[in-house]
Amino acid sequence: MPIGNIISVLIFLPLVGALITMLLRSESQIKWAALITTSVTFVLSLGLLWGFDPSLGTGTGPQMAEVYSSWFPDAFDIKYYVGVDGLNVLLILLTTLLGPILVLSSWTYIKKAPRGYYTLMLILQTGITGVFCSYDVFLFYIFFELTLIPMYFIIGIWGGEDRIYAAVKFVLYTLVGSLLMLVGILYLGNAAGDAVNGGVFTTDWYKIVQYNPDASTQTWLFFLFAFSFAIKVPLFPLHTWLPDAHVQAPSGGSVVLAGVLLKMGTYGLVRFCLPFFPYASQKYAMLIAILAVIGVIYGALVSRVQPDAKKLVAYSSVSHLGFVVLGIFAFTTEAMQGAMIQMINHGISTGALFLILGMMYERRHTRMMDDFGGIAKSVPILTFFMVFSVLASAGLPGLNGFVGEFLILVGSFKSDVIGNPFLIAAATTGVILAAVYLLWMLHKTFFGPITNEANRTMVDLNWREIGLLAPLAVLMLVLGLAPSKFLQMSEASTESIIQIVDSKISAMTEFESGEPVAVGALSIDSDQQ
Amino acid sequence: MNIDSLVLLAIALPLMGAAFNGLVGLFAPGYRSNKTLIGTLGTLCVAIPFAIGVLLFIQFDHDAHITRAFTWMSAGDFTADFGYRVDQLSLLMMLIVTGVGALIHIYSIGYMRDDPGFWKFFAYLNLFIFAMLNLVLGDNLLVLFLGWEGVGLCSYLLIGFWFTDLKNSEAANKAFIVNRIGDFAFLLAMFILFKDLGSLDFDVILAGGASLAPATINWVVFLLFIGATGKSAQIPLFVWLPDAMAGPTPVSALIHAATMVTSGLYLLARMSSLVLLAPGVMTFIAIIGALTAIMAATIAITQNDIKRVLAYSTVSQLGFMFMAAGVGAFFVAIFHVMTHAFFKGCLFLGSGSVIHGMHEVEHQLEEEGHEVHLDPQDMRTMGGLRKYMPATSITYLISTLAIAGFPLMSGFFSKDEILFKAFEYGYSGNGYAWFVWVVGIITALLTAFYMMRSYVLTFRGKERWPNADRIHPHESPASMTGPLWALAVLAIVGGFLGLPGVIAHGDLNWIHHWLGAPYGGPVAEAVVAEHEASFIVVEWILLILGGVIALVGLGYAWRVYNRDGIEFDQKLAIDFRGLYTTWANKYYWDEGYDKAVVKPVLGLARRVMDPFDRYIVDGLVNGLGSMVRAFSSLFKYLQTGVVQNYAVAILFGVVLLLGLIIFG
Amino acid sequence: MEIPVDWYLALSAILFLLGVIGVLFRRNVIIILMSIELMLNAVNISLVALSQATGDVSGQILVFFVMSVAAAEAAVGLAIVIAIFRNKLSVDVNDFNLFKH
Repeated sequence: MPIGNIISVLIFLPLVGALITMLLRSESQIKWAALITTSVTFVLSLGLLWGFDPSLGTGTGPQMAEVYSSWFPDAFDIKYYVGVDGLNVLLILLTTLLGPILVLSSWTYIKKAPRGYYTLMLILQTGITGVFCSYDVFLFYIFFELTLIPMYFIIGIWGGEDRIYAAVKFVLYTLVGSLLMLVGILYLGNAAGDAVNGGVFTTDWYKIVQYNPDASTQTWLFFLFAFSFAIKVPLFPLHTWLPDAHVQAPSGGSVVLAGVLLKMGTYGLVRFCLPFFPYASQKYAMLIAILAVIGVIYGALVSRVQPDAKKLVAYSSVSHLGFVVLGIFAFTTEAMQGAMIQMINHGISTGALFLILGMMYERRHTRMMDDFGGIAKSVPILTFFMVFSVLASAGLPGLNGFVGEFLILVGSFKSDVIGNPFLIAAATTGVILAAVYLLWMLHKTFFGPITNEANRTMVDLNWREIGLLAPLAVLMLVLGLAPSKFLQMSEASTESIIQIVDSKISAMTEFESGEPVAVGALSIDSDQQ
Repeated sequence: MNIDSLVLLAIALPLMGAAFNGLVGLFAPGYRSNKTLIGTLGTLCVAIPFAIGVLLFIQFDHDAHITRAFTWMSAGDFTADFGYRVDQLSLLMMLIVTGVGALIHIYSIGYMRDDPGFWKFFAYLNLFIFAMLNLVLGDNLLVLFLGWEGVGLCSYLLIGFWFTDLKNSEAANKAFIVNRIGDFAFLLAMFILFKDLGSLDFDVILAGGASLAPATINWVVFLLFIGATGKSAQIPLFVWLPDAMAGPTPVSALIHAATMVTSGLYLLARMSSLVLLAPGVMTFIAIIGALTAIMAATIAITQNDIKRVLAYSTVSQLGFMFMAAGVGAFFVAIFHVMTHAFFKGCLFLGSGSVIHGMHEVEHQLEEEGHEVHLDPQDMRTMGGLRKYMPATSITYLISTLAIAGFPLMSGFFSKDEILFKAFEYGYSGNGYAWFVWVVGIITALLTAFYMMRSYVLTFRGKERWPNADRIHPHESPASMTGPLWALAVLAIVGGFLGLPGVIAHGDLNWIHHWLGAPYGGPVAEAVVAEHEASFIVVEWILLILGGVIALVGLGYAWRVYNRDGIEFDQKLAIDFRGLYTTWANKYYWDEGYDKAVVKPVLGLARRVMDPFDRYIVDGLVNGLGSMVRAFSSLFKYLQTGVVQNYAVAILFGVVLLLGLIIFG
Repeated sequence: MEIPVDWYLALSAILFLLGVIGVLFRRNVIIILMSIELMLNAVNISLVALSQATGDVSGQILVFFVMSVAAAEAAVGLAIVIAIFRNKLSVDVNDFNLFKH
């Protein structure tokens, strides 16, 4: 293979870095080691852009795949199976990009126990990359859980006043969901093994996807999986862990949370729920879409009345990810493509918002909007980046947020499954509301006269901070004006997901008896490895 | 250079100017003091596109030319390119935008000279021109929407330009959010069009429009019109425009009078063949336009802030344009857009010149140590300025006459054409057009009255600021009066581009020939029956009536305000007791919205949703946790913390097990 | 004179019981650790005795394992005790109650 084991390198290089930082003594050595590890990982991940062939869909198997099946006894078809396709390639790139940005953003922010912090951050990156790369549901689950532990400590040790409460809530909440998913995985592995793998328990994505459970099995399996991912997204009304976690987490933790951790939920919906349980997904799409739209409006309105800027942005995530879920359950290429790009967009623009709020917190040690006011006068560069990110987040055409939101809405509107004009119109009000709460935040914190003397001497961004925001701002512009390259990368894969859904559903209607049906006619070639 | 690269250059230049002035100014504070460089650069980035526009105009050969830069987004069946269309309509709009824009850039060099945010101001202005060019040149609705929201953003940034005053920032937010409500409707219209036609390109939409179901067309046109009411400040979304006067005056002239606010009309003209398929909605458009026109005109009578008078006048004039659109005379609407850009641009710049002068008075008073707070925009403290600012005074008067419809000036032709079209449409059997016509006539009378009022109060009579015998303002510099003269000349002659039908049977109506669909242009129009030959008498009567009305309104205001000065307002207030209060309070729109929308929504969010989230949704989660805790608290006493206790338990367990194994 | 294996087993049982009592009732951590050693060595005695009686050397080999484990246990145990002592300035198990509800 020309690029060797690049995927494994991307997954485990941060872990190696974590081992190194664990052994280092001085703070600057630790920071540099973390920075170098994440930067090297990022540079290597750019190889994906070069080696990735966007014309191949998901159906033909992952690209740059690696399989080690000797990991588990032969009685179980559980493999270390990683690779990339159109669904995850951008998310992997986003993860590796955020790596160095996170390290740099914590450069002076983290004063307590830096070794533990950077080690955990690196472990976290391994977990997240692993989640996105896994083509084995069991492996996915392991990485999924692996992300919990570092995040727990990051919130619990380096967080704000109520950090313990937030950390415990975060872990318990997500754990409940993922344990339910584990039950689902075990059942599914058995049933799929019986149906398509000669009785051998299997968690291979390509084998499970050929298995088409009967309607009632699909339904409860779908809810086990969807519940777990809905918590992670988070979908209304399972969102309350998010504001607490965001507010209490240190700046870097919030960025990684908003930037990529939440995307594990939406990614899971696309990767697993839809192709595994297409019948149930379409049957309950309207329910999920309604919850998503409630989330869009509800998140926005609650966001508007928060006195805490970080909480405001946290609730805005509930609103924005409602759009993503809506797009996923529209079952049209336009909407799902919009959802894919919106995951990236949200990661970048909300990530930038949290970074900037972190910088403000570092200067003034407060998150309350009342404590600021008029700081545009003392920190013009910070204000520039804030306004820029706010506009991107509010979906201004020409910046990234608009592309995703527009495609999601336009695709949902023409959807046969959830294309109720009133539902989509209700979702579109989210565009108005986004302007309402985000501009309110700007108004309260940045404009007007300086009311608090401490704000008069606030220091503007230094070059390190400019350097870590500038790439994000450039990406917002590039993704806003020329997203077609990025959209192309996922197009074939989203189309194959929709095709899998369609063909499995039509197979269901052919076999009305409700018996489990193994669809051999699917255009999925499982023997790619 | 071929047309493609010229078009792209014209669009890219303002963006580059904005990026350069903005980013260099932001990161290299030393650059900010090079005001001549910044101003020249900013102006060139608009003047060159204007020159390109002129070139394209000369070369234009009656075929729309489409330039495709690159694909913007594509997913599934959806594709939108950065495509730009050069045709009669977009060229005319481009010339207005860049021409008036360049003049206002020059003006701003003088007006903003002492402002520390000079660099930022020019960056924003250039960004605005970029967005506006996307709006008028875009070849599909999505690029138009990019410009549409882009100009909204610039409007937001420029209204809040002096952000240290919280009121300005509030006005900026209001403008953006109210516009967003319109954009919401715009988005829905795009969703419908894509669902039914599979594309947002103008060619596809206009060609496929006829194949759509009538209900769909009605919805699309209605939603687009709602979008237009946001941008073009019509009932019910006009409330942001008067507040938008918080921005610097060149901004009010460029964005909130000459260009941005007319983009709603541009949208309707662009979609004219689709709009004509929805006669029900056209009725609605015309009536909304008429109501807006008269409502804003009555409010304008009562305002004392010179810029607010002009703001309400703008709302009112936009209402006129929508009347034209509502009776199917889209080219006349565009004609009025153009003449309005000239005279209203000139009026706003004139008011800026006045404010500039009054600031000088304010400074002199401060230097003398007076504790007076002079509002430099309040006409009650002005008066007699024509002595000190002759150029401003004359150009302001010219534009006042033009907007009022003084015979043979630009407003005379464009406004009379609107009224005539309304009359004609009513005459050919569309009853609502009569209503529009009557309201239009009354509004024209009011317009002449309040505009002359503002001229007289500002420039004639006695000086009303303190110590007027010693302290007086000076005329503004040439960089400011130059654009004033240019616009004033255009305000005089601009009307000859659209000579009415009574002259040479309309053959000299250049704008109709240029834009109108019957002559191969892109703007469709409602077809009315051929008139009998004697109808020309009616046309003459209407034309003369229009002139007479203007003269009556102007003359009456001239007489009473020269005689009584500001006191005449009190007489008005007494004569129209109830009405006047309503007018002065702007028909209570703001209060109404506050009570009906803002407060309930915020109240819902603050009193219902936030507690709901905290105590119900989160309460359930925490309740689950407490349940587990309560359950486990029964067993917690087993946990003594002494390892030896546990060891004893283990010992007993082992003994028990052993016993079971041995004896069991 | 041949000493019967029962005697060894009796000694082992007594020593083991002493160790159990020490672990359960003494409060000093050091003594508890020593009691654990006592129990391990009691087991060793019985292993050796039974190995000798049955003529199977595997019992004696197991003793080496037990001894090395005992050595490791003592080292780790004492290290923990020292670490705790630094914090609590006490070796009394009653003071080590972090696990209390």
